Amino acid sequence: MAQATTDKPAARPSDALSNETLLKWLYDMQLIRDFEARTMQAYQQAKIGGFCHIYSGQEASAVGCTAAVEHKDPIVLAYRDHGHALARGMHPAACMAEMFGKLAGCAKGKGGSMHMFDRPNYLFGGHGIVGAQTPLGTGLAFAERYKWEVLETGPKRVCLCFLGDGAIDQGAFHEAKNLASLYGIPVIYVIENNGYSMGTAIHRHTANHDRLTMRGEAYGIKSIEIDGLDIRNVYDKMKVLVDECRDLQRPGFVDLKTYRYQGHSMSDPQKYRTKEEVDEFKSQDSIANLLDYLMRDENDGGRGCITEDEWKAMQKEIKEIVMDALEFAENAADPDPETELTTDTYAYPMKNLSPSDTYSHGAKNPLL
Amino acid sequence: MTTAYTPDLSKITSEIHPAIGHWELPTFVAEHELPSRDGDRVIQFREALREAMSEEMRRDKTVFLIGEEVAEYNGAYKVSQGMLDEFGPKRIIDSPISENGFAGMCIGAAMNGLKPIVEFMSWSFSLVAADPILNNAPKMLYMSGGQWGCPIVFRGNDGAGGQLGSTHSWCVEGLYANVPGLKMAIPSNPYDAKGLLKTAIRDPDPVFFLESERMLGDKAHVPEEEYYIPFGRARKAREGDAVTLVSWGRPVHFCMDAAERLAEDGIECEVLDMRTIRPLDIDSIIESVQKTNRVVIVDQSWPFGGVSSETMAQICETCFDWLDHQPVRVNTRDVPTPYAKGLEAAYLPNADRIAEAVHKVIAATT
Ligand SMILES: Cc1ncc(C[n+]2csc(CCOP(=O)(O)OP(=O)(O)O)c2C)c(N)n1
Ligand SMILES: [Mg+2]
Repeated sequence: MAQATTDKPAARPSDALSNETLLKWLYDMQLIRDFEARTMQAYQQAKIGGFCHIYSGQEASAVGCTAAVEHKDPIVLAYRDHGHALARGMHPAACMAEMFGKLAGCAKGKGGSMHMFDRPNYLFGGHGIVGAQTPLGTGLAFAERYKWEVLETGPKRVCLCFLGDGAIDQGAFHEAKNLASLYGIPVIYVIENNGYSMGTAIHRHTANHDRLTMRGEAYGIKSIEIDGLDIRNVYDKMKVLVDECRDLQRPGFVDLKTYRYQGHSMSDPQKYRTKEEVDEFKSQDSIANLLDYLMRDENDGGRGCITEDEWKAMQKEIKEIVMDALEFAENAADPDPETELTTDTYAYPMKNLSPSDTYSHGAKNPLL
Repeated sequence: MTTAYTPDLSKITSEIHPAIGHWELPTFVAEHELPSRDGDRVIQFREALREAMSEEMRRDKTVFLIGEEVAEYNGAYKVSQGMLDEFGPKRIIDSPISENGFAGMCIGAAMNGLKPIVEFMSWSFSLVAADPILNNAPKMLYMSGGQWGCPIVFRGNDGAGGQLGSTHSWCVEGLYANVPGLKMAIPSNPYDAKGLLKTAIRDPDPVFFLESERMLGDKAHVPEEEYYIPFGRARKAREGDAVTLVSWGRPVHFCMDAAERLAEDGIECEVLDMRTIRPLDIDSIIESVQKTNRVVIVDQSWPFGGVSSETMAQICETCFDWLDHQPVRVNTRDVPTPYAKGLEAAYLPNADRIAEAVHKVIAATT
């Protein structure tokens, strides 16, 4: 607690973090930014199919929130999931290969852009049905509490369950919040509020849109707002909430205000917003913001831990990694329909499950 | 900073998919090696279900039961009576009326190492949970490319409970069995209910377990000793050579009634109780049809695109040449479920309609 007698500002949790940690945030955010730029290119070249949602602009959310939890704390989210996958530590090549529909992709080419799963990194999936991940996240956290309390095999954990502002209108989310509060489930619902549900601005899709925290409070859930464009701020607020939810084994609710630079998906002409609005947000870019802080001298309120040249070198390294990921994805083998179409359907395949198909186990998941 | 990506894509060799983690299957024995179905330990269907759950919960602490009224009320249909006392409120959990929410929650819990048993007061109410139970549970293993499976049991009352009207009388098997990735069991008697439910809880895939309110009070001998009934193995409920009656769940009893009546006229029906419909033991059907050359399918759900149509299709695909008459089916009538007693009786399959169908296939071929 800050003493009333000093005029020094209260210490922020992120102040205690090392320069290395903050540089890693910068690295991860830039990795996502660069990765998404290449994703768009590959999509335009028809190397990636289906629906593909770009995360650019929102990086501070995935990286900052992930930093506030432990590696074994489960994470689950919606379909705009490349950023969280990378922030959680998924190899960019596994992520890119998945979008290219390759066997070496994180879901063996069976999930695609919207369904990134990474078991070694406790990422329980991107999920394509808006809001569907909210009961799932509640259940992931339920299991963690059960392991801690009933099985007595685990420490106290917290689950981060991300959703978009559009998803808050789903009935499933209301049910999930009620269950979480009722049972005391340590799940934090992070609403990545980018102001739009596809082409529908928030004031046109949800009532009382400027007071979303009421939607958590109504269920007796600790609810906060976060300026999601400033990663230190994201971390500071999330860390406190995560610690509290972990300790008390209670849910949390976060209205994290952010912005996406690209269209809803790759096929969005963006008639519903102005270029000025996009530019306005780009002028508050979270990567530029963090870079500025890290470059600025300590006397000037910064960290002075990266120079212009070092930043260039970092960008170059990231660029190479992303290019490698692209190249890997490009050259990786397609899943063979003969051997892979029917695998992973049943954990315990048996006779006569289908009139047309016989199930068996195929290739191991590349991440396992 | 990033290391090379060198995935190992070698073939999985274990019987159970590694996504499920360490998993022990029970031992299954041949039908004739199962403990006797005759004896005087007579209990109700609901008690058989309770014994199955309790035994598995004693064995494995990761198993828990959740649903509306399962704990303090002792079960809306008294299936879980007394379980709260034994296992406590952390494992016998009363849920709010949020099928979508708690079904989805339990799928998340199943992904993350637990083995939930989700009781739907009625499968009719599972429709509001269609997204999680159809979109998540059966597809998780596939969509995650084999990283997470979903060992979960959904169970509850299916079919007409007795004048409950359209919204409460759903037979969901036709709808749900369509989805690959799930297994479905529909027991017809207490003995099978216990053995199948224990198997369902031990199975690493999502199992849809369909009971019937109308059978929960049915009594039969259920042995003291532990036994498991494997999925995909039909039970020959009656031997015969004139016609094969294929059914599952409650209508098996209608088939037995019809068979008894037909036997008085010298027509011996073979009755197959399928026990599970996904997997569907088509081999036993083929074997029987090769003997009887006639088949009538009795299904208490609607005919259009349902389990009876599927069964007929499989029969036509696999033993068409053995048939002396095209397969005939007896379903519920193709209308919403009525309330009035007489209308409901006319709507459901019954011994009269089955006997009529049998006469039809026999008359045309003898
Ligand atoms: C149940 C359901 N309805 C509709 C859709 C189509 N859809 C996909 S994303 C989306 C908008 C969701 O917006 P939001 O939750 O704010 O997330 P964002 O895309 O902004 O990250 C819609 C309507 C869907 N996937 N699932
Ligand atoms: Mg949005």
